[in-house]
Amino acid sequence: MLWEVFVRPKRGLAHVHAGSIHASDAEMALRNARDVYTRRQEGVSIWVVPAGEVSASSPDEQDSFFDPAADKAYRHPTFYEVPDGLHL
Amino acid sequence: MASTSEAVAGVALADYATALADDALIASHRLTEWVARAPQLEEDVALGNIALDLLGQARMLLQYAGSLLVPPRTEDELAYLRDERAFRNVSLVERENGDFAVTMARLLLFSTYQHELYGRLTASTDETLAAIAAKAVKEVAYHHDHARQWVLRLGDGTPTSRARMQAAVDAEWPWAGELFDASWLDPVLVESGAAVDPGEIESATLVRVRAVVAQATLEVPPEGSAVSNGRDGRHTEALGHLLAQMQHLARSHPGATW
Repeated sequence: MLWEVFVRPKRGLAHVHAGSIHASDAEMALRNARDVYTRRQEGVSIWVVPAGEVSASSPDEQDSFFDPAADKAYRHPTFYEVPDGLHL
Repeated sequence: MASTSEAVAGVALADYATALADDALIASHRLTEWVARAPQLEEDVALGNIALDLLGQARMLLQYAGSLLVPPRTEDELAYLRDERAFRNVSLVERENGDFAVTMARLLLFSTYQHELYGRLTASTDETLAAIAAKAVKEVAYHHDHARQWVLRLGDGTPTSRARMQAAVDAEWPWAGELFDASWLDPVLVESGAAVDPGEIESATLVRVRAVVAQATLEVPPEGSAVSNGRDGRHTEALGHLLAQMQHLARSHPGATW
């Protein structure tokens, strides 16, 4: 059974996808993930998710999913005047 | 100038550190034989990690043992230039790997013993041994967990995996007795608090192993020990073959570096 592995780095806030591993069940998956992906102190927390449980966007839908965002620069928060006195 | 009693204590301490080092070194070598042969890539990496942990423990202990000898010897001299009769490891760790179930049964016995041993050795009156034990105890806790997970799954698995796991437990159990033998150990080391009396950790170790075996729905083998004298340097045939491979490079090319 294939599992997707997410590791939270020491100074990171979120778990980041590290890769995938084989294991018979969740407990073994966590341990295999520990052995394969955190042997150089990469992380402080691990999630494993059955690969079959991940719903992924399809490469065929790439155009309709992602291309429409390409020419909508106004979605980036760069068109706002920051009021005086506001310290970011 | 060290007094005679200090020199004697140094030799006894070196002996003790060497025995613990040899257990770790030989167990490490056997585990590395699995790399690229384990049931899955993940297990290759897991066994490689465990083997490297054990090699690290062996190195620290051999460095310490070597520093106590007169004249001092390096870790490489002790690992690669000693003959079979000078190795002090228990027979449990030197025998052929057998199948994966045998390796897991052996790792369960050995890592549980090491966990009990190092846990107590952290309180050693010898500062170096205490420091080595403090580092190692966390490593062997994981080794124990790894073996436990596999024994549970293979024991409480398919009829085939259960039969092989049971056969493995039956085969390895009698060799565990030597871990708890204290006859080779200088009693002064135990009295001074430098060493742990192996006899004292027998019941704590076996209670934990029995619990795993029972949870795995396997039978605990009847009492009875194999005849093993590894601590005295009298080994099974397997160690000579292992050393021939382990020491070949260092002996063919003395002082080689890479």
